[in-house]
Amino acid sequence: MPKITYITSDAKNYTIDVDNGLTVMEGAVQNDIPGIDADCGGGMACATCHVYVTEDWFDKLPKKEDGEEDMIDMAFEPKSNSRLSCQLIVSDELDGLVVNIPSKQG
Amino acid sequence: MNKTDALIIGAGPTGLFTAHQLKLIGLNCEVVDNLDKIGGQCIELYPDKPIYDIPAVPECTGEELTNNLINQLKPFGIKFHLSERVEEVKKENNNWIVKTNNGKSFSTPNVIIAGGVGSFEPRKFPPKECEKFENKSIFYSVKDKKIFDGKTVSIFGGGDSALDWAVELSKISNVNLVHRREEFRGAQATLDKVKELTKSGKINLLTKYQLVNVNGSNKLESIDIKNDDGEIKNLKTDYALGFFGLIMQLGPIANWGLNIDKKTIEVDTEKFETNQKGIYAVGDICTYPGKLKLILSGFHEGALAARACFKLARPNEKYRFEFTTTSSNLLKRLGKKE
Repeated sequence: MPKITYITSDAKNYTIDVDNGLTVMEGAVQNDIPGIDADCGGGMACATCHVYVTEDWFDKLPKKEDGEEDMIDMAFEPKSNSRLSCQLIVSDELDGLVVNIPSKQG
Repeated sequence: MNKTDALIIGAGPTGLFTAHQLKLIGLNCEVVDNLDKIGGQCIELYPDKPIYDIPAVPECTGEELTNNLINQLKPFGIKFHLSERVEEVKKENNNWIVKTNNGKSFSTPNVIIAGGVGSFEPRKFPPKECEKFENKSIFYSVKDKKIFDGKTVSIFGGGDSALDWAVELSKISNVNLVHRREEFRGAQATLDKVKELTKSGKINLLTKYQLVNVNGSNKLESIDIKNDDGEIKNLKTDYALGFFGLIMQLGPIANWGLNIDKKTIEVDTEKFETNQKGIYAVGDICTYPGKLKLILSGFHEGALAARACFKLARPNEKYRFEFTTTSSNLLKRLGKKE
């Protein structure tokens, strides 16, 4: 099962086994990782599952679909490596992915 | 003081259908919502997105679903209190006294919280110091544009609100329009207008910048904006406006003494009552073993909570279950029978 590492803004590391097919957001919510709110439940409608993807991973991820960048406009302190974790579907290729959780979601 | 059999907090799909169920069984109800329109998340977050899992409705958008629910309420003439946020709930004898931020108050034996993920509030600028200028030099909506006359206004955001206000205020103010990337997501016509005004020097367009700092003592004097490469620019400005859409916050409900688990309220599955007698929670905001955050679950929860309200609103009457197909009582309430 792919391992995903979530790092909170106060530098706590959580490495979790997440089933293929779940999203990085679901992996966080189901394992009670703090800082990912996912208010809209994965509909790409709220930007409260915002994460920063570490540089070496950013280019390996599937590209953003229409609308994701628009939603990131709304996110708290967006950066060039911002993604919405509800749009990142876990697969073997994502094994070892590291995401940083912002200090706030809104 | 508004007296009612039940007060519904939240005018999303669950709140609307709960109102339908209350009126159908002969109870009065009123609905409060912090948004300025009916529909909740369906209208605010995904008015144009198709929904495929409403029973017997193969496909509809958030807006269509809302309009259909409003139509279904037509026979009942329900009173909506929009742009009102519920602040306080207090027990007084057998009733709950509910107060809103604008001073409206309600007395009711039944409060049904159909609040979704919370009330919609504007998203704010990240720097903490912005708070002290809020509603003085920093705004997240425009109530009176005259205050900007002849002043420098820095507008942040990439959607229609930011673009529309940049165009509008460029007639009376010096406008900086600041956005985190080069692409805007507003209407093309407005975007063309912004580009034209930028060319003619009426709008100072700054893309790939974000707000990092605000300066001033009593009122805003200047702001610092930073681009992706770390370059910081200082802008003299009298006002800053942020248009980053809305976010949902549980707000004052968190302080009502309800059992709350991860921003949701624990209820039983018979009445959808919380740990406080006469306060119910339905829809996305409630939780119980097996809870599904689906609109259809909200409808079911509202129907049962409405029946539970009957007992407290009409303690001396007995509730009788009836079908709309056959009951002349129900048909009368629906306006289908004299």
